[in-house]
Amino acid sequence: MEAAMDLMRRISPNQSETALSALLALLPHHSSELLSQVDQPLQVLMDGECAKEFILCEYNRDADSYRSPWSNKYFPPLEDGSLPSAEMRKLEIEANAIFSVYRDQYYEGGVSSVYVWEDDRQGFVSCFLIKKDGSKTGDGRRGYLHEGSWEAIHVIEVGPEEDGKAHYCLTSTVMLSLTTEEKPSGTFNLSGSIRRQDRSSNVKVNHMIMLVGGEERPLCDMFKSFEKDELKDRNRVFEIPFPTTETMAMSLSSPPMILSYVLVLAILHWQPPRASRKPPDCGT
Amino acid sequence: MADPENPELTEKQKKEIAKWFLANAPTGEIQYVAKDVRLLMGDDRLYDMAAAEAFPLFNKDHLVVLEMPGRSGDVIISTFGEIDGANFFDPRTAQVATVDHVKQVCTNVRPANDDELPSAYIEEFRFALDAELCKYVVDTYPKGTCAVYCTRGKDVDGPGADFDFAVVISASRTSPQNFCNGSWRSIWTLEFKDDLQVVEVKGNMQVVAHYFEEGNVQLNTKHECRNSTIFQSPEDCAASISNIILHHETEYMASIEESYSHLPDTTFKDLRRKLPVTRTLFPWQNAMQFSLTRDIAIELGINK
Repeated sequence: MEAAMDLMRRISPNQSETALSALLALLPHHSSELLSQVDQPLQVLMDGECAKEFILCEYNRDADSYRSPWSNKYFPPLEDGSLPSAEMRKLEIEANAIFSVYRDQYYEGGVSSVYVWEDDRQGFVSCFLIKKDGSKTGDGRRGYLHEGSWEAIHVIEVGPEEDGKAHYCLTSTVMLSLTTEEKPSGTFNLSGSIRRQDRSSNVKVNHMIMLVGGEERPLCDMFKSFEKDELKDRNRVFEIPFPTTETMAMSLSSPPMILSYVLVLAILHWQPPRASRKPPDCGT
Repeated sequence: MADPENPELTEKQKKEIAKWFLANAPTGEIQYVAKDVRLLMGDDRLYDMAAAEAFPLFNKDHLVVLEMPGRSGDVIISTFGEIDGANFFDPRTAQVATVDHVKQVCTNVRPANDDELPSAYIEEFRFALDAELCKYVVDTYPKGTCAVYCTRGKDVDGPGADFDFAVVISASRTSPQNFCNGSWRSIWTLEFKDDLQVVEVKGNMQVVAHYFEEGNVQLNTKHECRNSTIFQSPEDCAASISNIILHHETEYMASIEESYSHLPDTTFKDLRRKLPVTRTLFPWQNAMQFSLTRDIAIELGINK
Protein backbone atom coordinates (compact mmCIF):
# COMPACT_ATOMS: atom_id res chain seq x y z
CA MET A 1 0.00 0.00 0.00
CA GLU A 2 2.80 2.36 0.88
CA ALA A 3 4.57 1.54 -2.33
CA ALA A 4 1.37 2.18 -4.26
CA MET A 5 0.95 5.59 -2.71
CA ASP A 6 4.58 6.41 -3.39
CA LEU A 7 4.04 5.57 -7.04
CA MET A 8 1.05 7.88 -7.17
CA ARG A 9 3.25 10.69 -5.90
CA ARG A 10 5.72 10.13 -8.70
CA ILE A 11 3.64 9.40 -11.76
CA SER A 12 2.62 12.53 -13.64
CA PRO A 13 -0.78 13.80 -12.48
CA ASN A 14 -1.88 13.75 -16.10
CA GLN A 15 -1.58 10.00 -16.04
CA SER A 16 -2.99 9.41 -12.60
CA GLU A 17 -6.18 7.79 -13.88
CA THR A 18 -4.24 5.20 -15.84
CA ALA A 19 -1.93 4.69 -12.88
CA LEU A 20 -4.85 4.21 -10.54
CA SER A 21 -6.58 1.67 -12.72
CA ALA A 22 -3.29 -0.20 -13.05
CA LEU A 23 -2.88 -0.27 -9.28
CA LEU A 24 -6.48 -1.40 -8.82
CA ALA A 25 -5.86 -4.26 -11.18
CA LEU A 26 -2.66 -5.17 -9.41
CA LEU A 27 -4.06 -4.90 -5.88
CA PRO A 28 -7.75 -5.83 -6.11
CA HIS A 29 -8.00 -6.50 -2.37
CA HIS A 30 -6.81 -2.96 -1.59
CA SER A 31 -9.25 -1.29 -3.94
CA SER A 32 -11.36 0.57 -1.38
CA GLU A 33 -8.23 1.80 0.37
CA LEU A 34 -6.75 2.98 -2.89
CA LEU A 35 -9.92 4.71 -4.01
CA SER A 36 -10.23 6.56 -0.74
CA GLN A 37 -6.59 7.67 -0.60
CA VAL A 38 -5.89 8.62 -4.16
CA ASP A 39 -7.24 11.96 -5.26
CA GLN A 40 -9.41 11.56 -8.28
CA PRO A 41 -10.98 14.12 -10.56
CA LEU A 42 -14.29 15.37 -9.20
CA GLN A 43 -17.45 14.31 -11.01
CA VAL A 44 -20.64 16.32 -11.23
CA LEU A 45 -24.27 15.29 -11.57
CA MET A 46 -27.39 17.28 -12.43
CA ASP A 47 -29.97 17.78 -9.72
CA GLY A 48 -33.08 17.45 -11.86
CA GLU A 49 -35.30 19.02 -9.25
CA CYS A 50 -33.38 22.27 -8.83
CA ALA A 51 -31.77 22.22 -12.28
CA LYS A 52 -28.36 22.75 -10.69
CA GLU A 53 -25.21 20.69 -10.86
CA PHE A 54 -23.59 19.28 -7.76
CA ILE A 55 -20.28 17.60 -7.03
CA LEU A 56 -19.96 13.94 -6.13
CA CYS A 57 -17.71 12.68 -3.39
CA GLU A 58 -17.55 9.92 -0.81
CA TYR A 59 -19.39 12.12 1.66
CA ASN A 60 -22.66 12.42 -0.23
CA ARG A 61 -22.71 8.89 -1.55
CA ASP A 62 -25.10 6.18 -0.42
CA ALA A 63 -24.92 2.92 -2.34
CA ASP A 64 -24.66 4.07 -5.96
CA SER A 65 -26.56 7.31 -5.48
CA TYR A 66 -25.42 10.79 -4.53
CA ARG A 67 -27.31 13.35 -2.48
CA SER A 68 -27.69 16.80 -3.94
CA PRO A 69 -27.08 19.67 -1.52
CA TRP A 70 -29.70 21.69 -3.33
CA SER A 71 -32.78 19.48 -3.10
CA ASN A 72 -31.47 17.10 -0.43
CA LYS A 73 -32.53 14.21 -2.69
CA TYR A 74 -30.54 11.30 -4.04
CA PHE A 75 -29.71 10.94 -7.71
CA PRO A 76 -30.39 8.40 -9.11
CA PRO A 77 -33.36 8.19 -6.69
CA LEU A 78 -32.77 6.13 -3.57
CA GLU A 79 -35.58 5.11 -1.24
CA ASP A 80 -34.05 5.39 2.20
CA GLY A 81 -30.75 7.16 1.62
CA SER A 82 -29.27 8.60 4.79
CA LEU A 83 -29.93 12.29 5.34
CA PRO A 84 -28.29 14.77 7.70
CA SER A 85 -30.22 15.87 10.79
CA ALA A 86 -32.45 18.91 10.51
CA GLU A 87 -29.89 21.01 12.32
CA MET A 88 -27.06 19.93 10.04
CA ARG A 89 -29.20 20.35 6.98
CA LYS A 90 -29.93 23.93 7.93
CA LEU A 91 -26.22 24.56 8.27
CA GLU A 92 -25.67 22.89 4.96
CA ILE A 93 -28.21 25.02 3.11
CA GLU A 94 -26.72 28.21 4.40
CA ALA A 95 -23.14 27.11 3.77
CA ASN A 96 -23.99 26.20 0.20
CA ALA A 97 -25.58 29.56 -0.43
CA ILE A 98 -22.61 31.47 0.89
CA PHE A 99 -20.06 29.24 -0.72
CA SER A 100 -21.59 29.56 -4.16
CA VAL A 101 -21.35 33.33 -3.93
CA TYR A 102 -17.72 32.94 -2.94
CA ARG A 103 -17.14 30.58 -5.82
CA ASP A 104 -18.77 32.93 -8.24
CA GLN A 105 -16.63 35.80 -7.11
CA TYR A 106 -13.34 33.99 -7.34
CA TYR A 107 -13.90 31.49 -10.08
CA GLU A 108 -16.42 33.24 -12.29
CA GLY A 109 -18.21 30.01 -12.96
CA GLY A 110 -17.61 26.46 -11.91
CA VAL A 111 -19.59 24.27 -9.56
CA SER A 112 -19.47 24.13 -5.78
CA SER A 113 -21.08 21.90 -3.17
CA VAL A 114 -20.95 21.77 0.60
CA TYR A 115 -21.89 18.74 2.66
CA VAL A 116 -22.33 18.73 6.41
CA TRP A 117 -22.91 15.74 8.65
CA GLU A 118 -22.50 14.64 12.26
CA ASP A 119 -19.56 12.45 13.09
CA ASP A 120 -19.49 9.73 15.73
CA ARG A 121 -17.86 11.89 18.35
CA GLN A 122 -20.55 14.50 18.68
CA GLY A 123 -18.73 16.93 16.51
CA PHE A 124 -19.46 17.53 12.89
CA VAL A 125 -17.67 17.34 9.60
CA SER A 126 -18.18 19.38 6.52
CA CYS A 127 -16.74 19.09 3.09
CA PHE A 128 -16.41 21.98 0.66
CA LEU A 129 -15.87 21.20 -2.98
CA ILE A 130 -15.14 23.39 -5.96
CA LYS A 131 -14.67 22.34 -9.55
CA LYS A 132 -13.81 24.72 -12.31
CA ASP A 133 -13.20 23.81 -15.91
CA GLY A 134 -11.12 26.51 -17.52
CA SER A 135 -10.62 24.95 -20.92
CA LYS A 136 -11.77 26.51 -24.16
CA THR A 137 -14.76 24.23 -24.30
CA GLY A 138 -15.54 24.73 -20.62
CA ASP A 139 -16.66 27.93 -18.97
CA GLY A 140 -13.26 29.60 -19.07
CA ARG A 141 -13.95 32.65 -21.14
CA ARG A 142 -10.68 34.31 -21.81
CA GLY A 143 -9.40 31.51 -23.93
CA TYR A 144 -5.81 31.50 -22.73
CA LEU A 145 -5.98 27.90 -21.78
CA HIS A 146 -6.04 25.01 -24.14
CA GLU A 147 -7.07 22.82 -21.28
CA GLY A 148 -7.28 23.59 -17.60
CA SER A 149 -9.01 22.61 -14.44
CA TRP A 150 -8.94 23.53 -10.80
CA GLU A 151 -10.49 21.28 -8.22
CA ALA A 152 -10.42 21.90 -4.51
CA ILE A 153 -11.58 19.74 -1.65
CA HIS A 154 -11.59 21.14 1.86
CA VAL A 155 -12.64 18.82 4.64
CA ILE A 156 -13.07 20.32 8.05
CA GLU A 157 -13.61 18.18 11.10
CA VAL A 158 -14.87 19.97 14.15
CA GLY A 159 -14.55 18.15 17.45
CA PRO A 160 -17.11 18.21 20.24
CA GLU A 161 -17.49 21.35 22.22
CA GLU A 162 -15.63 21.73 25.50
CA ASP A 163 -16.03 24.91 27.49
CA GLY A 164 -17.26 26.72 24.45
CA LYS A 165 -14.24 25.71 22.39
CA ALA A 166 -13.49 22.94 19.96
CA HIS A 167 -10.66 21.40 18.00
CA TYR A 168 -10.74 21.41 14.28
CA CYS A 169 -8.72 19.88 11.55
CA LEU A 170 -8.77 21.22 8.04
CA THR A 171 -7.43 19.14 5.18
CA SER A 172 -7.22 20.90 1.87
CA THR A 173 -6.46 19.26 -1.41
CA VAL A 174 -6.09 21.24 -4.57
CA MET A 175 -5.73 19.51 -7.92
CA LEU A 176 -4.92 21.44 -11.00
CA SER A 177 -3.94 20.96 -14.54
CA LEU A 178 -3.35 23.42 -17.30
CA THR A 179 -2.01 23.31 -20.82
CA THR A 180 -1.36 26.18 -23.12
CA GLU A 181 -0.45 25.77 -26.74
CA GLU A 182 1.07 28.78 -28.36
CA LYS A 183 3.16 29.13 -31.45
CA PRO A 184 6.41 30.40 -30.00
CA SER A 185 6.55 28.39 -26.83
CA GLY A 186 5.09 25.09 -27.95
CA THR A 187 3.15 23.06 -25.42
CA PHE A 188 3.32 24.09 -21.84
CA ASN A 189 1.75 21.79 -19.32
CA LEU A 190 1.66 22.19 -15.58
CA SER A 191 -0.32 19.81 -13.44
CA GLY A 192 -0.36 18.50 -9.96
CA SER A 193 -1.97 18.25 -6.60
CA ILE A 194 -1.07 19.60 -3.22
CA ARG A 195 -2.52 18.45 0.06
CA ARG A 196 -2.12 20.28 3.30
CA GLN A 197 -3.41 19.77 6.80
CA ASP A 198 -4.03 22.45 9.33
CA ARG A 199 -4.95 21.63 12.89
CA SER A 200 -6.04 24.09 15.39
CA SER A 201 -7.43 23.76 18.83
CA ASN A 202 -9.48 26.08 20.92
CA VAL A 203 -11.51 27.66 18.23
CA LYS A 204 -14.52 29.23 19.78
CA VAL A 205 -17.15 26.75 18.98
CA ASN A 206 -19.98 29.22 18.90
CA HIS A 207 -18.43 30.61 15.79
CA MET A 208 -19.32 27.38 14.12
CA ILE A 209 -22.58 26.52 15.72
CA MET A 210 -24.18 29.92 15.78
CA LEU A 211 -24.56 29.75 12.06
CA VAL A 212 -27.66 27.71 12.58
CA GLY A 213 -29.64 30.37 14.33
CA GLY A 214 -27.48 33.38 14.86
CA GLU A 215 -27.56 36.84 13.47
CA GLU A 216 -23.86 36.83 12.83
CA ARG A 217 -22.22 34.79 10.15
CA PRO A 218 -20.35 32.36 12.28
CA LEU A 219 -18.87 30.14 9.62
CA CYS A 220 -16.86 33.19 8.74
CA ASP A 221 -13.67 32.04 10.37
CA MET A 222 -13.82 28.78 8.62
CA PHE A 223 -14.47 30.41 5.28
CA LYS A 224 -11.79 32.98 5.82
CA SER A 225 -9.30 30.24 6.33
CA PHE A 226 -10.26 28.71 2.96
CA GLU A 227 -9.90 32.01 1.30
CA LYS A 228 -6.47 32.42 2.79
CA ASP A 229 -5.52 28.87 1.91
CA GLU A 230 -6.73 29.01 -1.62
CA LEU A 231 -4.82 32.18 -2.19
CA LYS A 232 -1.76 30.52 -0.75
CA ASP A 233 -2.17 27.50 -2.96
CA ARG A 234 -2.67 29.65 -5.98
CA ASN A 235 0.41 31.66 -5.24
CA ARG A 236 2.53 28.71 -4.34
CA VAL A 237 1.93 26.96 -7.54
CA PHE A 238 1.53 29.64 -10.07
CA GLU A 239 2.96 32.97 -9.29
CA ILE A 240 6.20 34.18 -10.63
CA PRO A 241 7.80 35.43 -7.51
CA PHE A 242 9.05 38.94 -7.83
CA PRO A 243 12.34 38.20 -6.11
CA THR A 244 13.35 35.80 -8.85
CA THR A 245 12.72 37.97 -11.85
CA GLU A 246 16.26 39.14 -11.36
CA THR A 247 17.52 35.61 -11.05
CA MET A 248 15.70 34.82 -14.21
CA ALA A 249 17.04 37.71 -16.20
CA MET A 250 20.49 36.78 -15.03
CA SER A 251 20.20 33.19 -16.00
CA LEU A 252 19.10 34.09 -19.48
CA SER A 253 22.71 34.40 -20.44
CA SER A 254 23.66 31.47 -18.26
CA PRO A 255 22.23 28.02 -17.64
CA PRO A 256 18.71 27.38 -18.89
CA MET A 257 18.66 24.30 -16.71
CA ILE A 258 19.36 26.23 -13.56
CA LEU A 259 16.75 28.63 -14.69
CA SER A 260 13.95 26.16 -14.94
CA TYR A 261 15.07 24.60 -11.71
CA VAL A 262 15.19 27.87 -9.82
CA LEU A 263 11.95 28.85 -11.40
CA VAL A 264 10.07 25.79 -10.33
CA LEU A 265 11.54 25.87 -6.87
CA ALA A 266 10.92 29.52 -6.40
CA ILE A 267 7.41 29.30 -7.68
CA LEU A 268 6.60 26.54 -5.36
CA HIS A 269 8.25 27.93 -2.29
CA TRP A 270 7.40 31.50 -2.55
CA GLN A 271 4.91 32.98 -0.15
CA PRO A 272 3.66 36.47 -0.83
CA PRO A 273 4.48 39.17 1.64
CA ARG A 274 0.79 39.65 1.98
CA ALA A 275 0.49 43.12 3.40
CA SER A 276 3.20 44.79 1.42
CA ARG A 277 2.23 43.63 -1.99
CA LYS A 278 -1.04 44.45 -3.66
CA PRO A 279 -2.04 42.14 -6.45
CA PRO A 280 -1.48 43.94 -9.73
CA ASP A 281 -5.05 43.66 -10.87
CA CYS A 282 -6.57 45.60 -8.02
CA GLY A 283 -5.24 48.93 -9.16
CA THR A 284 -8.37 50.39 -10.61
CA MET B 1 -7.72 -2.66 -18.01
CA ALA B 2 -8.69 -5.56 -15.76
CA ASP B 3 -11.95 -7.35 -15.93
CA PRO B 4 -13.69 -6.67 -12.60
CA GLU B 5 -15.34 -10.10 -12.71
CA ASN B 6 -11.98 -11.71 -13.03
CA PRO B 7 -9.47 -9.75 -10.98
CA GLU B 8 -6.73 -12.33 -11.44
CA LEU B 9 -4.31 -10.79 -13.92
CA THR B 10 -2.34 -12.84 -16.33
CA GLU B 11 1.42 -12.68 -16.01
CA LYS B 12 1.57 -10.78 -19.24
CA GLN B 13 -0.81 -8.11 -17.97
CA LYS B 14 1.16 -7.76 -14.75
CA LYS B 15 4.34 -7.36 -16.68
CA GLU B 16 2.76 -4.72 -18.91
CA ILE B 17 1.63 -2.74 -15.86
CA ALA B 18 5.11 -2.89 -14.35
CA LYS B 19 6.59 -1.77 -17.64
CA TRP B 20 4.16 1.13 -17.87
CA PHE B 21 5.09 2.42 -14.42
CA LEU B 22 8.80 2.12 -15.11
CA ALA B 23 8.63 3.75 -18.50
CA ASN B 24 6.58 6.66 -17.13
CA ALA B 25 8.83 7.37 -14.16
CA PRO B 26 9.86 11.00 -13.81
CA THR B 27 13.45 12.00 -14.58
CA GLY B 28 15.88 10.72 -12.00
CA GLU B 29 13.27 8.68 -10.16
CA ILE B 30 13.16 5.39 -11.99
CA GLN B 31 15.11 3.62 -9.26
CA TYR B 32 12.54 4.69 -6.67
CA VAL B 33 9.71 3.66 -8.93
CA ALA B 34 11.48 0.35 -9.52
CA LYS B 35 11.61 -0.33 -5.79
CA ASP B 36 7.87 0.27 -5.45
CA VAL B 37 7.03 -1.78 -8.52
CA ARG B 38 9.11 -4.73 -7.35
CA LEU B 39 7.28 -4.66 -4.02
CA LEU B 40 3.87 -4.44 -5.64
CA MET B 41 4.56 -7.24 -8.08
CA GLY B 42 5.67 -9.63 -5.38
CA ASP B 43 7.22 -11.74 -8.11
CA ASP B 44 10.89 -11.04 -8.80
CA ARG B 45 11.04 -13.13 -11.93
CA LEU B 46 8.22 -11.17 -13.55
CA TYR B 47 9.62 -7.91 -12.30
CA ASP B 48 13.05 -8.66 -13.77
CA MET B 49 11.45 -9.42 -17.10
CA ALA B 50 9.54 -6.13 -17.04
CA ALA B 51 12.59 -4.17 -15.93
CA ALA B 52 14.73 -5.70 -18.67
CA GLU B 53 12.27 -4.36 -21.22
CA ALA B 54 11.37 -1.01 -19.62
CA PHE B 55 14.77 0.30 -18.52
CA PRO B 56 16.35 0.46 -21.98
CA LEU B 57 13.33 2.40 -23.24
CA PHE B 58 13.48 4.79 -20.31
CA ASN B 59 17.24 5.29 -20.57
CA LYS B 60 17.08 6.07 -24.27
CA ASP B 61 14.02 8.28 -23.94
CA HIS B 62 15.48 10.30 -21.08
CA LEU B 63 18.92 10.45 -22.70
CA VAL B 64 20.50 9.10 -19.55
CA VAL B 65 24.18 9.93 -19.19
CA LEU B 66 26.50 7.24 -17.82
CA GLU B 67 30.11 7.49 -16.80
CA MET B 68 32.43 5.22 -18.72
CA PRO B 69 35.07 3.27 -16.80
CA GLY B 70 38.67 4.46 -16.84
CA ARG B 71 37.77 8.15 -16.68
CA SER B 72 37.23 8.22 -20.37
CA GLY B 73 34.18 10.48 -20.15
CA ASP B 74 30.44 10.08 -20.30
CA VAL B 75 28.29 8.30 -22.80
CA ILE B 76 24.72 9.36 -23.63
CA ILE B 77 22.25 6.54 -23.97
CA SER B 78 20.34 7.38 -27.13
CA THR B 79 18.96 5.60 -30.15
CA PHE B 80 21.53 7.37 -32.30
CA GLY B 81 24.46 5.70 -30.60
CA GLU B 82 22.80 2.33 -30.16
CA ILE B 83 24.75 -0.50 -31.75
CA ASP B 84 22.74 -3.25 -30.12
CA GLY B 85 20.64 -3.41 -26.95
CA ALA B 86 23.52 -3.13 -24.51
CA ASN B 87 26.23 -1.41 -26.56
CA PHE B 88 26.36 2.31 -27.23
CA PHE B 89 28.78 4.21 -29.39
CA ASP B 90 30.39 7.36 -28.00
CA PRO B 91 31.53 9.39 -31.02
CA ARG B 92 33.79 11.77 -29.08
CA THR B 93 36.08 9.10 -27.67
CA ALA B 94 35.42 6.64 -30.52
CA GLN B 95 34.56 3.99 -27.98
CA VAL B 96 31.75 1.53 -27.54
CA ALA B 97 30.35 1.30 -24.04
CA THR B 98 28.57 -1.77 -22.71
CA VAL B 99 25.86 -0.79 -20.27
CA ASP B 100 23.73 -2.47 -17.67
CA HIS B 101 20.40 -0.77 -18.29
CA VAL B 102 18.72 -1.80 -15.05
CA LYS B 103 21.60 -0.76 -12.81
CA GLN B 104 22.21 2.27 -15.02
CA VAL B 105 25.94 1.78 -15.08
CA CYS B 106 28.53 1.31 -17.74
CA THR B 107 30.29 -2.02 -17.31
CA ASN B 108 32.88 -2.04 -20.05
CA VAL B 109 34.36 -0.03 -22.92
CA ARG B 110 36.24 -1.02 -26.03
CA PRO B 111 37.66 1.00 -28.90
CA ALA B 112 35.23 1.20 -31.80
CA ASN B 113 35.90 -0.97 -34.85
CA ASP B 114 36.78 0.67 -38.11
CA ASP B 115 33.40 -0.11 -39.61
CA GLU B 116 31.69 1.67 -36.72
CA LEU B 117 33.60 4.90 -37.29
CA PRO B 118 32.78 7.56 -39.88
CA SER B 119 35.13 8.44 -42.72
CA ALA B 120 37.82 11.09 -42.20
CA TYR B 121 35.82 13.56 -44.30
CA ILE B 122 32.70 13.15 -42.11
CA GLU B 123 34.71 13.07 -38.92
CA GLU B 124 36.11 16.49 -39.76
CA PHE B 125 32.63 17.99 -39.77
CA ARG B 126 31.55 16.01 -36.73
CA PHE B 127 34.63 16.88 -34.71
CA ALA B 128 34.41 20.61 -35.45
CA LEU B 129 30.74 20.74 -34.47
CA ASP B 130 31.29 18.66 -31.35
CA ALA B 131 34.09 20.97 -30.18
CA GLU B 132 31.98 24.06 -30.79
CA LEU B 133 28.95 22.59 -28.99
CA CYS B 134 30.98 21.40 -26.03
CA LYS B 135 31.94 25.00 -25.32
CA TYR B 136 28.30 26.07 -25.47
CA VAL B 137 27.01 23.20 -23.33
CA VAL B 138 29.67 23.62 -20.64
CA ASP B 139 28.85 27.32 -20.42
CA THR B 140 25.11 26.85 -20.43
CA TYR B 141 24.20 23.64 -18.68
CA PRO B 142 25.70 22.96 -15.26
CA LYS B 143 25.44 19.21 -15.66
CA GLY B 144 25.05 19.02 -19.38
CA THR B 145 26.43 16.52 -21.84
CA CYS B 146 26.30 16.60 -25.59
CA ALA B 147 27.15 14.30 -28.45
CA VAL B 148 27.18 14.55 -32.23
CA TYR B 149 26.37 11.41 -34.19
CA CYS B 150 26.50 10.75 -37.88
CA THR B 151 23.16 9.11 -38.61
CA ARG B 152 23.43 8.72 -42.39
CA GLY B 153 26.23 8.67 -44.89
CA LYS B 154 29.08 8.03 -42.49
CA ASP B 155 31.17 6.47 -45.23
CA VAL B 156 30.95 9.46 -47.56
CA ASP B 157 34.59 10.24 -48.24
CA GLY B 158 34.47 13.58 -49.98
CA PRO B 159 32.21 16.33 -51.36
CA GLY B 160 29.36 15.24 -53.62
CA ALA B 161 27.04 13.32 -51.32
CA ASP B 162 24.48 14.04 -48.60
CA PHE B 163 24.85 13.05 -44.96
CA ASP B 164 22.91 13.56 -41.69
CA PHE B 165 23.97 14.32 -38.14
CA ALA B 166 22.09 14.17 -34.87
CA VAL B 167 23.01 16.40 -31.96
CA VAL B 168 21.89 15.37 -28.50
CA ILE B 169 22.03 17.62 -25.44
CA SER B 170 21.00 16.21 -22.09
CA ALA B 171 21.12 17.93 -18.72
CA SER B 172 19.41 16.81 -15.59
CA ARG B 173 19.29 18.00 -12.08
CA THR B 174 18.06 15.79 -9.31
CA SER B 175 17.62 16.92 -5.78
CA PRO B 176 15.43 14.43 -3.94
CA GLN B 177 16.24 16.02 -0.59
CA ASN B 178 14.55 19.18 -1.85
CA PHE B 179 11.73 17.12 -3.39
CA CYS B 180 12.58 18.45 -6.80
CA ASN B 181 13.93 16.97 -10.04
CA GLY B 182 14.18 18.33 -13.51
CA SER B 183 15.76 17.83 -16.89
CA TRP B 184 16.49 19.47 -20.21
CA ARG B 185 16.64 17.40 -23.36
CA SER B 186 17.16 18.59 -26.88
CA ILE B 187 17.67 16.67 -30.09
CA TRP B 188 18.77 18.41 -33.28
CA THR B 189 18.81 16.72 -36.64
CA LEU B 190 21.02 18.19 -39.32
CA GLU B 191 20.70 17.34 -42.99
CA PHE B 192 23.77 18.28 -45.02
CA LYS B 193 22.51 18.64 -48.59
CA ASP B 194 25.37 18.61 -50.99
CA ASP B 195 23.44 19.51 -54.16
CA LEU B 196 21.67 22.51 -52.61
CA GLN B 197 24.67 23.46 -50.47
CA VAL B 198 22.43 23.91 -47.40
CA VAL B 199 22.16 22.35 -43.97
CA GLU B 200 18.59 21.85 -42.76
CA VAL B 201 18.34 22.13 -38.97
CA LYS B 202 15.43 20.69 -37.02
CA GLY B 203 15.19 20.95 -33.23
CA ASN B 204 13.17 19.24 -30.58
CA MET B 205 13.40 20.55 -27.03
CA GLN B 206 11.81 19.32 -23.86
CA VAL B 207 11.83 20.52 -20.27
CA VAL B 208 10.34 18.55 -17.43
CA ALA B 209 10.31 19.22 -13.72
CA HIS B 210 8.79 17.38 -10.81
CA TYR B 211 8.11 18.88 -7.43
CA PHE B 212 6.80 16.51 -4.79
CA GLU B 213 6.74 18.07 -1.37
CA GLU B 214 3.21 17.86 0.07
CA GLY B 215 1.97 16.84 -3.32
CA ASN B 216 2.91 16.13 -6.86
CA VAL B 217 3.33 18.97 -9.32
CA GLN B 218 4.86 18.42 -12.73
CA LEU B 219 5.84 20.73 -15.48
CA ASN B 220 6.12 19.38 -18.97
CA THR B 221 6.96 21.50 -22.00
CA LYS B 222 7.86 20.64 -25.57
CA HIS B 223 8.86 22.66 -28.54
CA GLU B 224 9.94 22.11 -32.12
CA CYS B 225 11.71 24.46 -34.48
CA ARG B 226 13.41 24.59 -37.88
CA ASN B 227 16.16 26.59 -39.46
CA SER B 228 18.84 26.26 -42.10
CA THR B 229 22.31 27.45 -42.95
CA ILE B 230 24.81 27.29 -45.82
CA PHE B 231 26.93 24.20 -46.38
CA GLN B 232 30.46 25.52 -45.79
CA SER B 233 33.78 24.31 -44.46
CA PRO B 234 33.64 22.11 -41.35
CA GLU B 235 34.70 25.01 -39.09
CA ASP B 236 32.20 27.48 -40.53
CA CYS B 237 29.41 24.92 -40.45
CA ALA B 238 30.18 24.16 -36.82
CA ALA B 239 30.10 27.83 -35.88
CA SER B 240 26.86 28.63 -37.65
CA ILE B 241 25.06 25.46 -36.53
CA SER B 242 26.00 25.90 -32.89
CA ASN B 243 24.90 29.50 -33.17
CA ILE B 244 21.49 28.40 -34.43
CA ILE B 245 21.20 25.92 -31.57
CA LEU B 246 22.21 28.51 -28.99
CA HIS B 247 19.79 31.02 -30.42
CA HIS B 248 16.80 28.66 -30.43
CA GLU B 249 17.47 27.19 -27.02
CA THR B 250 17.87 30.61 -25.42
CA GLU B 251 14.74 31.83 -27.11
CA TYR B 252 12.82 28.79 -25.96
CA MET B 253 13.87 29.25 -22.34
CA ALA B 254 12.73 32.85 -22.56
CA SER B 255 9.36 31.79 -23.90
CA ILE B 256 8.88 29.26 -21.11
CA GLU B 257 9.62 32.06 -18.74
CA GLU B 258 7.01 34.12 -20.46
CA SER B 259 4.47 31.37 -20.20
CA TYR B 260 5.17 31.31 -16.50
CA SER B 261 4.86 35.03 -16.15
CA HIS B 262 1.52 34.90 -17.94
CA LEU B 263 0.15 32.39 -15.52
CA PRO B 264 -0.88 34.60 -12.62
CA ASP B 265 -2.41 37.47 -14.52
CA THR B 266 -4.00 36.00 -17.58
CA THR B 267 -3.85 32.28 -18.06
CA PHE B 268 -4.70 31.41 -14.54
CA LYS B 269 -7.59 33.81 -14.30
CA ASP B 270 -9.48 31.30 -16.36
CA LEU B 271 -9.30 29.02 -13.37
CA ARG B 272 -9.32 31.12 -10.27
CA ARG B 273 -8.92 34.82 -9.71
CA LYS B 274 -6.54 36.23 -7.17
CA LEU B 275 -9.27 38.47 -5.83
CA PRO B 276 -13.00 38.33 -6.38
CA VAL B 277 -14.52 40.29 -9.24
CA THR B 278 -15.18 43.05 -6.74
CA ARG B 279 -11.41 43.29 -6.19
CA THR B 280 -11.71 43.09 -2.42
CA LEU B 281 -11.53 40.07 -0.18
CA PHE B 282 -14.77 38.25 0.06
CA PRO B 283 -17.23 39.95 2.45
CA TRP B 284 -18.10 36.94 4.52
CA GLN B 285 -20.06 39.01 7.00
CA ASN B 286 -22.48 40.18 4.36
CA ALA B 287 -22.42 37.17 2.18
CA MET B 288 -26.03 36.29 2.75
CA GLN B 289 -27.22 39.74 1.83
CA PHE B 290 -25.11 39.41 -1.22
CA SER B 291 -26.62 36.14 -2.19
CA LEU B 292 -30.12 37.40 -1.47
CA THR B 293 -29.72 40.44 -3.64
CA ARG B 294 -28.29 38.21 -6.28
CA ASP B 295 -31.14 35.78 -6.06
CA ILE B 296 -33.65 38.60 -6.32
CA ALA B 297 -31.76 40.05 -9.23
CA ILE B 298 -31.78 36.71 -10.98
CA GLU B 299 -35.43 36.22 -10.23
CA LEU B 300 -36.31 39.62 -11.63
CA GLY B 301 -34.16 38.87 -14.60
CA ILE B 302 -31.91 41.86 -13.98
CA ASN B 303 -28.62 40.04 -13.94
CA LYS B 304 -28.74 37.18 -16.32
